[in-house]
Amino acid sequence: MSALTAVRGGAPPAPAEPVRRRRRWVPYALLLPGLVWLAVFFLAPMATLFSTSLQVGSIDEGYRPAFRVANYTEALSAFSEQFFRSFGYAAMATVLALLVSYPLAYAIAFKAGRWKNVLLVLVIAPFFTSFLVRTLAWTAILGDQGLLLGQLKEIGVLSPDFRLLARPFAVILGLTYNFLPFMTLPLYASLERIDRRLLEAAGDLYSSAFTTFRKVTFPLSLPGVVAGTLLTFIPAAGDYINQRLLGTPRQSMIGTVIDSQFLRVLDYPSAAALSFTLMVSIVVLVWFYVRRAGTEELV
Amino acid sequence: MASAATTLTGAPGAPGAPGAPGAPGAPGATRRGPSLPTRVLRFVSRHLVATAAALTLLYMFLPVFVVVLFSFNDPAGRLNYTWNSFTVSNWANVCGVPGMCDAVWLSIQIALLATVVATGLGTLIAFALARHRFRGRAATNLLIFLPMATPEVVMGSSMLALFVNANLIALGFWTILLAHVMFCISFVVVTVKARLSGMDARLEQAAMDLYADEWSTFRRITLPLAMPGIVAAALLAFALSFDDFIITNFNSGSTVTFPMYVWGAAQRGVPPQVNVIGALMFLVALAVVLGGQLANAARTRRP
Amino acid sequence: MSNSGVAGAGAALRLDGLTKRFGDFLAVDDLHLDIPEGSFFALLGPSGCGKTTTLRMVAGLEAPTSGRIILGEEDVTDRRPYKRPVNTVFQSYALFPHLDIQENIAFGLRRRGQKDIPRQVKETLELVQLGGYERRRPSQLSGGQQQRVALARALINHPRVLLLDEPLGALDLKLRRQMQLELKRIQLEVGLTFVHVTHDQEEAMTMADTIAVMNAGRVEQLGDPASLYESPATVFVANFLGQSNLVQARVSGRSGNDLLLDVAGQRLAMPADRSRATSETVFVGVRPEKIHLATGNARETGDSRSAMGANQLSGVITDTSFTGTSTQFLVRTSWGQELVVFAQNTSAERRSATPGETVVLHWHPAHTFAFDRSAEAHAVEPVAEESAPVSRVKVTG
Repeated sequence: MSALTAVRGGAPPAPAEPVRRRRRWVPYALLLPGLVWLAVFFLAPMATLFSTSLQVGSIDEGYRPAFRVANYTEALSAFSEQFFRSFGYAAMATVLALLVSYPLAYAIAFKAGRWKNVLLVLVIAPFFTSFLVRTLAWTAILGDQGLLLGQLKEIGVLSPDFRLLARPFAVILGLTYNFLPFMTLPLYASLERIDRRLLEAAGDLYSSAFTTFRKVTFPLSLPGVVAGTLLTFIPAAGDYINQRLLGTPRQSMIGTVIDSQFLRVLDYPSAAALSFTLMVSIVVLVWFYVRRAGTEELV
Repeated sequence: MASAATTLTGAPGAPGAPGAPGAPGAPGATRRGPSLPTRVLRFVSRHLVATAAALTLLYMFLPVFVVVLFSFNDPAGRLNYTWNSFTVSNWANVCGVPGMCDAVWLSIQIALLATVVATGLGTLIAFALARHRFRGRAATNLLIFLPMATPEVVMGSSMLALFVNANLIALGFWTILLAHVMFCISFVVVTVKARLSGMDARLEQAAMDLYADEWSTFRRITLPLAMPGIVAAALLAFALSFDDFIITNFNSGSTVTFPMYVWGAAQRGVPPQVNVIGALMFLVALAVVLGGQLANAARTRRP
Repeated sequence: MSNSGVAGAGAALRLDGLTKRFGDFLAVDDLHLDIPEGSFFALLGPSGCGKTTTLRMVAGLEAPTSGRIILGEEDVTDRRPYKRPVNTVFQSYALFPHLDIQENIAFGLRRRGQKDIPRQVKETLELVQLGGYERRRPSQLSGGQQQRVALARALINHPRVLLLDEPLGALDLKLRRQMQLELKRIQLEVGLTFVHVTHDQEEAMTMADTIAVMNAGRVEQLGDPASLYESPATVFVANFLGQSNLVQARVSGRSGNDLLLDVAGQRLAMPADRSRATSETVFVGVRPEKIHLATGNARETGDSRSAMGANQLSGVITDTSFTGTSTQFLVRTSWGQELVVFAQNTSAERRSATPGETVVLHWHPAHTFAFDRSAEAHAVEPVAEESAPVSRVKVTG
């Protein structure tokens, strides 16, 4: 017990420091670099986008700042079809993704046991292959003579000019596919958090398995549903890669138009108007959706 | 869903399963056991979820299988969409295709740099949000959330508009980097903040009680415990940056990253080496993640 | 940064007008406490009474709204926690999950730049009977073991005051009793000042030399376990420590050294120096185990005052419960109040007292206690100051 009874000469006690409130500026210092970056490279571009959308001129003359609201009406009337198609495809892809992901998320949360982590890795793993390469692989799978159709056509099940590519079906399939992890992981996270004893209690109170799901599990998983659907719908609405690789100009989406207007046609005001409208409509949709679903903190 | 209840209770006659003796006042059925249709229904439902889940996983991995498979293909023509014959020459001669390996290398460089910057900035913000009180929290949360809620088309095109109008930097490596850091920050913040929020704040108090000042506490307690979150955020940022196409496409000028290379090749005919890169990415990432998990498991198991 | 002072010598701790306000909520209300060095001091009270907040203020983890904290000779009120020679054993142990046991325990030593760490850790581990556990990780230990590691981690730094925040709360009963004795032994051996926060009155009474009973941010009574138990000063203390029978009474006079009290027409007596009352309207109290039951037989034999307790009340038994070591009786008195009596099951025959029977309750006057009935009853403190805090007594009667 010498350690405890030995007399140890300690340093003389330090003079009492006043509790300095110097730490008050610390959070602001932490926030500043990142927020400045976001302000410069996110907010400022948005402002620039908005001002560009109101410019007048042409590619030959150059564009100059103005306040031509007509840019919006012209662009929207010219491309309203693509707008609606985008939202429609995105909505369908989101619903499909939800239907496809929910069982998987449920299985991982409730039935996986020791394999939980492995399965989660498997969910994210395909994500590591390049987005474009994956989507191109669908071309190989769904191609007219590809893996899926080629054999079926050989044995005569399908007619020779049956095709899946170059159709809305393929585009929506691609959209659904690409954002599956974004749907599965939030779903899993909120299912995981459900107290199992609530399900037991429901069963104890004469609820059948399906009723338990309908009345207890699913409502409790709503935050995950909301997060997942948002994380899927938003990028899907603006996507054009799936359409370009798996579809034709007949399925062209608003993203396609913005891309071509910006980079080929070089009609900056029109492109900016479309872009800004897309952004605003998504923000509005999200706002109402989240209000309705009642989830406060998404971040 | 009966299976969920079964897993919970371990009993075959799961409470609440249709026809089970959970329902009060069901005299005859309880004695004889559930009827045949009920048994069939229960079997199907017990495995319904598992089956659906397996199908979903299959759906997710199908393109990956194809990518790996076709990396061994020797295509008949320009297009690598139909199987022709097996070869390993694609793997042996990965950089045989002009421009591709340069594009890959460029993507790696940008991703590494963007990861470092974004993880740094994002971690700082996450600490401020999770550990400090300050005014403007709602505004900060909004600013972090907005980039995640904005379509890439909009972000990419708006940054292009900025760069073109400001006319300060030429489109290329640096504009790509600036853009990548921007959209990665939000994801880093969310990831690290989640990890920090789950940490027991009392550990830091215990450290201070044991003579560690603020900096020491941070260095020896907070940072090591937050590290898994920071690493996860860094990996996420790397993946997002490496794989980004739309935003990069808008802001790259004539510089070519790997996704842009693939895009360009899609019109001309994608060389199978692209599949090799895709397969490599998959395998490397898988190895990193699994390696991390194994290391984690080993560390906790060590006596 | 080494401020632990001389090892092995605990310091006296003084809290002077310590107050803590969280917004509108007053957690700690003008606390005055003097804790002697080397003593085992307990802060006892129900949840939310402010005891943990007080502890955290002493540790430096919470800044007081006003008041001073004086450790030995030094005013540490404004010092950061890492500059105080004070260590805490947390309720949840707060062991660092990413460090092994050795590094956990050595943490404080390393921060102070001490040498010879492995030896010290080894000795401290032996002190808490966990020798050989250096390389394990907290997650591999049971609750009881983690608690001992948390204790070792604090002890090894020889703090002048060791703070314990309900450290035994998560342990099962048997282990808790064992640890109570352990802690007491270690404290005596090491000679540090221990301040132990708990809501378990048995635990406090077992371990502590002095107990401060807290309620709603204030100290209701301060004293050694026996005094608190035998002579509570407020309704709260009387009911929080063990059980009490509290009866409304009126002081009717004095007789020699005794105070005379009138209870619904019946007279009780008690030594005047045992009474804390300052007014006429009082609560008179007696612990259930001090009361004896006399059934009809005893009365008829005409026992004199010396055989029966001088204080007597008659009543009717309304309930009996056999609890193993004793039998618990509920007796309804003439004015309708039910009193509780614990009778030890020491006699060979079973008690004959049954519900409905009329009995006489009797006890020795020296077992009586009394305090003011009014809401302005004084909390008792050894250092009587003019500004003695006035505690709010919850009259439960």
